[in-house]
Amino acid sequence: MRAFTFEKARTPAEAAAAAARTSGAKFVAGGTNLLDLMKLEIETPTHLIDVNGLALDAIEATPDGGLRIGALVRNTDLAADSRVRRDYGVLSRALLAGASGQLRNMATTAGNLLQRTRCPYFYDTHQPCNRRLPGSGCSALGGYSRQHGVVGVSDACIATHPSDMAVAMRVLDATVETTQPGGAARRIPIADFYRLPGSTPHLETVLAPGELITAVTLPRPLGGRQLYRKVRDRASYAFALVSVAAVVQRDGSGRIALGGVAPMPWRVEAAESALPRGAQPTVAQLLAGARTTAESAYKLPLVERTLAAVLEQARS
Amino acid sequence: MRQHPDLNLSRRELLLSGAATMACGSLELAQAQPAALGGPTMAKVNLKVNGREHSLELDTRTTLLDALREHLHLNGTKKGCDQGQCGACTVIVNGRRINSCLTLAVMQQGARVTTIEGLGTPQALHPMQAAFVRHDGYQCGYCTPGQICSAVAVLDEIRAGVPSHASADLTAPAQVTAAELRERMSGNICRCGAYSNIVDAITEVAGKPA
Repeated sequence: MRAFTFEKARTPAEAAAAAARTSGAKFVAGGTNLLDLMKLEIETPTHLIDVNGLALDAIEATPDGGLRIGALVRNTDLAADSRVRRDYGVLSRALLAGASGQLRNMATTAGNLLQRTRCPYFYDTHQPCNRRLPGSGCSALGGYSRQHGVVGVSDACIATHPSDMAVAMRVLDATVETTQPGGAARRIPIADFYRLPGSTPHLETVLAPGELITAVTLPRPLGGRQLYRKVRDRASYAFALVSVAAVVQRDGSGRIALGGVAPMPWRVEAAESALPRGAQPTVAQLLAGARTTAESAYKLPLVERTLAAVLEQARS
Repeated sequence: MRQHPDLNLSRRELLLSGAATMACGSLELAQAQPAALGGPTMAKVNLKVNGREHSLELDTRTTLLDALREHLHLNGTKKGCDQGQCGACTVIVNGRRINSCLTLAVMQQGARVTTIEGLGTPQALHPMQAAFVRHDGYQCGYCTPGQICSAVAVLDEIRAGVPSHASADLTAPAQVTAAELRERMSGNICRCGAYSNIVDAITEVAGKPA
């Protein structure tokens, strides 16, 4: 790990200003992903700004009947919150499907959104990777790509976003609230928060340098059956090969988002009108233009079957 | 080819000169702080570990795990993968189990830390330690301190009503079932495969009145 200086920020505005002022600075909250990447020198911050002391750890009702989740709310606390369990079951389920008990106790809401990919070539510093080292090439194309993306990918990168929580946030139409270095607040719909890799896979979100996430807000509850189904290589503590977050109403209408298949939580609103007609017509639109490798092609039928299982469960 | 004069040094002389170089090196590092040449930055860290206050002067890079093992010499907590995948480093910080390898000591300023050494002693075992012994919940024992710290915290989490991936009903009280314990303990890997005995040990402790 490279050496770094360390400070504890006292307010969001102070943290954002410090990050913008100090080159090589990074925020640290739970640290569960950043520390891992720093040990491998994939992340090499020269200054860490510890934001754990900011009072951003409350979950509050909003005037319009939704919830405002502080950026520092730990994954365990968010999943266990009685309002989330009752009204946003898909979020609770997605959180509980991710990581381990120890990691959920540390990991924060904002940090979960900002997780970096688990592509093995991103992690292996001896291999080219456009996301880690822009312009060096993509080792996954033509390499081991069983876990990789099948939609939204590019010639430069086929990595997936690893978060389960973000898939539920996408289906719930969450909004990311930030403080910018100048102190101004910004609200970013989660649909606009992530960038597709294109030719710049190292740019993963629309956050500006030094911009700090302060909260994630949920609109009023959607009702319906809320399900999160995750397919993985073992029963627990593994990243998704495919996951489906769904909110399905009694009349068969609803919303879905996918994890494990794209560089961001994957949702195509136009495809959702096909939901009452079943998984096949929905997935045909949801994964239109899919681009698979020989090793990742299995994900297309797996998405359809996983969605079929979710719709079956929603009807039961 | 010209012979380097150093090659005529005896082994003893070579060792002495190496030690002198090292001493100079550390002096230079101490003067270079903080981070002028990317050198280490030191920070004061106070931790309350197993009820005792400690004040440490640490490189900011020091993980909580390394602070416990290398600086406080509490070697019960184990380093397995050092990347949050195995759970051998699990300790309880401010009442919650975490991977001590994935947090910096400097981020835990003022924290209350409980390690396996703080749960019980060979003379007075914690009930979870006694149950692991009774049920043979280990073979080589390397993952055991993490398993036990995790297990103690799992029962607290169930008592506090924290749901899990294995909970059928999110709004119902959490149950102590084998499926629940296996899911909740999935962040602790045991390569000897003592899982079923670990579940038996935790089940026994859960069954006793708190």
